[in-house]
Amino acid sequence: MIVTESLSKRFPRVTALDRLSLDIGPGVTGLVGANGAGKSTLIKILLGLSPATEGRAAVLGLDVATSGSAIREQVGYMPEHDCLPPDVSATEFVVHMARMSGLPPTAARERTADTLRHVGLYEERYRPIGGYSTGMKQRVKLAQALVHDPELVLLDEPTNGLDPVGRDEMLGLIRRIHTDFGISVLVTSHLLGELERTCDHVVVIDGGSLLRSSSTRDFTQATTTLAIEVTDSDEHPDGSAALHEKLTAARVAFHEGVEEGLPGAGHVLLIEATGEETYDLVRDTVAGLGLGLVRMEQRRHHIAEVFRPGAAAQGAEQPMEAQNR
Amino acid sequence: MSTQTPGAAPETTRIHNIGYRDYDGRRLGRAYVRRSLYVQSLRGAYGLGRSAKSKVLPMILLGLMVLPAVIVVAVAVATKATKLPLEYTAYALMLQPVIGLYLASQAPQSVSRDLRFKTVPLYFSRPLERVDYVLAKYGAMASALLIVTALPLVILYAGALLAEMDFADQTAGVAQALVSVALMSVLFAGIGLVLAALTPRRGFGVAAIIGTLTISSVAVTIVQAIAWETDSTDVIKWFGLFSPSTLIDGVQTAFLGATSGFPAEAGPDAGVGVLYLLVVLALIAGSYGILMRRYRKAGL
Repeated sequence: MIVTESLSKRFPRVTALDRLSLDIGPGVTGLVGANGAGKSTLIKILLGLSPATEGRAAVLGLDVATSGSAIREQVGYMPEHDCLPPDVSATEFVVHMARMSGLPPTAARERTADTLRHVGLYEERYRPIGGYSTGMKQRVKLAQALVHDPELVLLDEPTNGLDPVGRDEMLGLIRRIHTDFGISVLVTSHLLGELERTCDHVVVIDGGSLLRSSSTRDFTQATTTLAIEVTDSDEHPDGSAALHEKLTAARVAFHEGVEEGLPGAGHVLLIEATGEETYDLVRDTVAGLGLGLVRMEQRRHHIAEVFRPGAAAQGAEQPMEAQNR
Repeated sequence: MSTQTPGAAPETTRIHNIGYRDYDGRRLGRAYVRRSLYVQSLRGAYGLGRSAKSKVLPMILLGLMVLPAVIVVAVAVATKATKLPLEYTAYALMLQPVIGLYLASQAPQSVSRDLRFKTVPLYFSRPLERVDYVLAKYGAMASALLIVTALPLVILYAGALLAEMDFADQTAGVAQALVSVALMSVLFAGIGLVLAALTPRRGFGVAAIIGTLTISSVAVTIVQAIAWETDSTDVIKWFGLFSPSTLIDGVQTAFLGATSGFPAEAGPDAGVGVLYLLVVLALIAGSYGILMRRYRKAGL
């Protein structure tokens, strides 16, 4: 879908992309990076709107330097920022945008009705966009990127500004874009955990160069972290310590001090889960000690974790080596 | 999924959830996109496809442009005049304030909306290129102005023929005036769009356009009047180069058989007229160039 070869983009004072080489296949791909990591610059180059200083890039097999217009006909783009005029209805706006993608008038209207329904806008699509909630606006932005039935959509921070429920809905929608609509997705975010749930493949860039590129399965299986909190009992006044002792004896790897500063941090144990058996082990150990298990949950990875050298390498040697460059 | 209403024929009451449908139809390239944007912008300049409120002003101004023509025609027909009481070429210049007001109200809505609400990136992430966007917007604004300026001329012409005035005379007169208003529309549209595109704030755009058109034309008129008062009639024609409306006056005086509105009718002759024409063409090319530059940065 997307291939870049030592792609560089330099501005007078900053280097936005530094010899970035990627090969992104069909499916949902997450592009993770902190603010200023070069995500938006990459998208601009992929749309053929900004020439690269060095290197080459191809989208859907078309060279971005020469076939920008042909690429943009087959690609949808959802910007990060607000881009909707408040005084027109979603239907009017998306119909116009469909025509701007080259759809004939009748097809533009039909596709607009279909697409708005698929992103979950119903009766409200006839009202002016100015009165929409953030979640609804995000859906309109998504609809205008999908209305011409592209081969690939580039979504720039689609979950920005959404509440947790809206976030989950948007992530579900992104998943459906691939599974139900058959459209490949490149979605950017600065939250790795968010993309983990949606993407088949995750690419992490930092400072304009590739930090890591691997399938989501490798990510999660290799580094699943479990957070465990237990109650104290009369027998074991410090339940956490007792459990720590037992689990250490069972040779379970611990993350130390990762959760500093969070409420109840002292009582939460973070362990490396190597597979199903770790869950059973924890359950049995807790039961054996006669403690109450308050919670056992998978910790979502934050982007920072990938950047922390120790955390990524720990307990993940075997599959990770192959993926790291 | 299907539902059935009792009593109805089952095969006619099915509701299918057909899921996502691919689009296999035609994708009409850049030329179509450019044309669609042109039509949408032109309609928008008259409030069509926009809210009822936004139709009011352009329609009132169009009415103001047409009304004098209708009155002139009515009088000419009633009095069985053999000549229209005014030249075709004088009409647009006479109503120049109305044209300026129309430009000031519609040019900003055409371009600053896209800038203000950051819709521009959505256009440029589609097949059309910067040049398509600029050409469509420029073309639409010029066409909108041409409708405003040419419609009264057409009414005058129809009225003249109705009053059985000399056909050849009238046709030549209206043809010259139509060339003049076409040039005027392109020039004014360029100036208006450049000023409007400089700021995403619509209000500033409106003020800038009215200010530029009014101040330049008033200043030129005052300076020309002073020159006339001091008996230096030969410099009058040079001052006319400094405002859009006097430029058009000069061009049509030199080439299109118009009587100049300058003091003492001291419009340019064909020699100086060439300079007038060159300045007009340079302003049009300059406006286009500035618009292209403006949207280079507005990409994403």
